[in-house]
Formats: sequence, structure tokens, C-alpha cells
Amino acid sequence: MTGEHGHDHSHDHGDWPYPHPKQPDLEDGPLTHHMAMTEALAELLIDKQIFSADEFRRQLELMDSKSPAEGARMVARAWINPDFKIRMLENVNAAANEMGIDAGGIPIRAVENTPDVHNVIVCTLCSCYPRMLIGLPPDWYKSRAYRSRVVRDPRAVLAEFGTAIPDDVEVRVHDSTADLRYMVLPQRPEGTEAMDEEALSALVTRDSMIGVTDLKTD
Amino acid sequence: MTARFAVGDKVRVRRATPPGHVRTPSFIRGRAGTISKIIGSFANPEELAYGRPGTPEQPLYWVRFPQTELWPDYSGGAKDSAVVDVFESWLDADEEIIQ
Amino acid sequence: MRRHHDMGGQAAGPVDLTEHDHSAWEKRVDAIMRLVGDDTRKLMSVDELRRGIEELGPGAYDELNYYERWIASITNILIEKGVISIDELGRRMEDVKTRWQAQSEETS
Repeated sequence: MTGEHGHDHSHDHGDWPYPHPKQPDLEDGPLTHHMAMTEALAELLIDKQIFSADEFRRQLELMDSKSPAEGARMVARAWINPDFKIRMLENVNAAANEMGIDAGGIPIRAVENTPDVHNVIVCTLCSCYPRMLIGLPPDWYKSRAYRSRVVRDPRAVLAEFGTAIPDDVEVRVHDSTADLRYMVLPQRPEGTEAMDEEALSALVTRDSMIGVTDLKTD
Repeated sequence: MTARFAVGDKVRVRRATPPGHVRTPSFIRGRAGTISKIIGSFANPEELAYGRPGTPEQPLYWVRFPQTELWPDYSGGAKDSAVVDVFESWLDADEEIIQ
Repeated sequence: MRRHHDMGGQAAGPVDLTEHDHSAWEKRVDAIMRLVGDDTRKLMSVDELRRGIEELGPGAYDELNYYERWIASITNILIEKGVISIDELGRRMEDVKTRWQAQSEETS
């Protein structure tokens, strides 16, 4: 054993600017078994040069850069530009590239809400989500309650989000089970005709792109 | 990839409960639906899950199920539906006409 | 038999809409998975991740949180594939805990 830490490598690990890793999450309370496993695994994979500390850091930064704002920009563009909308409905990843957005390698499909159809997305088997476009999923999306109930009683679940869809509109639940992801293209709110793309994109919420809310103007 | 089914075809999801990693949710097994889109050709997750390459790839479909087919006591809108990504190996042609 | 993770249509309570920011360690689990599964490394697929989570069993599925299930599955699969050994992982986890303890004492 060398030194107080039991190993003698001097490179850093991930985003820690120290010769040895800073504690993973001191502010979050005690180090749990699984946190220790995570840190140990990251260190071992770096030591084995499976990936470098720099690649690890860049990966963390990449996910931190993902947010619903990118999906919102695409939705606003689709509302304003019918040709773009067609391309987006064909291939979200390629349409994202047009806007300088990297939506990742897994194909994403946009499903369009219309006066006749309201789409809502779930993954009943795990929690597939268009994370490379709109960031990591909220806890509720991964929850047993959402995954169990939204395919069985979608209108009750939508009501819990404050969303009421008229009975004559088809509520269409998409269960994402394969290696493609879904996002909802919500309907453009009424009274927004004068707004430009940037102002419109500010109206688009994460939840509207999952389909649990719509964007009615108040 | 040659897709066995076309858009509009009536299909029924095979009723099977094999052990292991499967991406066909149980709530649609044995249920009838309609092909609403041929999504493309995808590596087989039942192989990928065990470290194999997932070949041959399989046609993947959107199958649309009326909610009333999935849940006989469904109380939402009459037009409500569920659309699930289903691999071809899980689908049989269905003789019955469903709406 | 329906497997535990296959929960579409099961009875459950209301959806808890509380949001939480992902903590640093959760993001690190996510980054590890993305790196070991990417096109250059291809050490494990997301399908293997899912299979590993399902194989943790119903108890673990309920007792562990989301990223705990992920790291448990990733670790098991990388052990199976011989990328890491149980021995080195066990030792390194103890190192991590020792360092944590030392730093906690310094800062308290």
C-alpha cells in the first residue's frame, strides 16, 4: 500500500481538479454503497484507460448542456415554418442538425398534436426518453405510478397534471419500447400569431413535449 | 428487410411469456391492433441484451390498439388508443376485423 | 408470468410530481453508461443495461432508486465481461470510503 489512499496513481478522475477525487457529493449526505460503487468503477475504468478523465468530464458537460430549451426551439421553428415541420416529423435528428443541435444517435420521432389527437409519451418497460434532445427525464416519468397508469387511464393521469382533453379528441399513448425515442410536437397556442420564433420557444415546456400538458393560452 | 405486414393490416400480438429480456409489454400480448407505420429495421433486443449483435435485424412496427381492446372497462374517450413499437416476431396476422 | 418491470396497466397511486435536480453522482452514473456503451467502446449495450436491471429482481427494483439500479447493473455486466474484477472493485470501494471518511473529518 502506498500513501494514505492505498494507491499511488497521480492522474485526476473526471471533473475533480485534485490529484485524488473529491468526494462525489458531499452536500448530499453520507456516501452510500452505490455512490462508492460509482466512484470506484469510474476510477477503475479511467485507470484501465477504458476512457480518460477528460472524456468523462466532457460527457458530464455534454449532458449538462441538454435541456428542454433545445426541443422548444425546434417546436417553435416547426410552428412558424411548415417545411421545417415536415422535415422534423420525418426525422427529428436531421432537423435538429439543421438548427445546430446534436440530438444524438438514437432516432427521435416527433408526434404531432392536432385538434383531433393528443399524444402522450411513456416507456412502460423502463424509462426511455429523448434525453439527447431535452435532457434527463423528471422523476415522475420514471415512476411506477406514471408508467403503470398512463397506458391504462391516461385521462386520469393527465388530470393530475392539470390537463383536460375533450372526450371527442383521441388521447394516443405512445409506449416507447424500442431503440427510438418520442417527443410530442404540441399545438401552437391561440393568440400567438404575432410572436416571433424566440418568443414562441419560450412558451414551450418540457411537459408539453412529453404530452402531459398542452399549451393553452390563459 | 422485407416487412411481412403493411400499414392497415390487422395483427394480433403473440401470447407468450418467455423468460429473459423481452421488449413486448405484457399488456398488449394476445391483443389485436392495426399496423399504423413500418418504422424500419432494428437489431433484435432479445439478442442485444445478452451481448450478441442482434442480427438478423427485424422489422419494427407501430401497432395501434383501441384502448377498449386493451381494457374492456376503459372509461375514457371512445377514440382513445395506445401505439406501441412491436417487433415482427411478436405479431401474427389477425383474421378478426377490429373497428 | 408478467415480469416486475413490465408494469403498464398495473394499479398504482397518484403520480408524485415533485422534481429533483440530478445529483453529481447520478450524472456520473449516466456518463459512465454513455461512455462504456458508445460506438467507440461498445463494452455493453443499453439492452444489456436493461436486462441487468431486470435481473436485480423485484426486491432490488423497489428498494433501490433509479441510478442505484443502473450502477448495480453496469457493474454486474462489466464483471461478467471481465472488464473489471470483483476483487479490484471491492478494494477500490473501500479506498473510496476511506477517503470520504478522511475528508468528512477534515471538513467537520
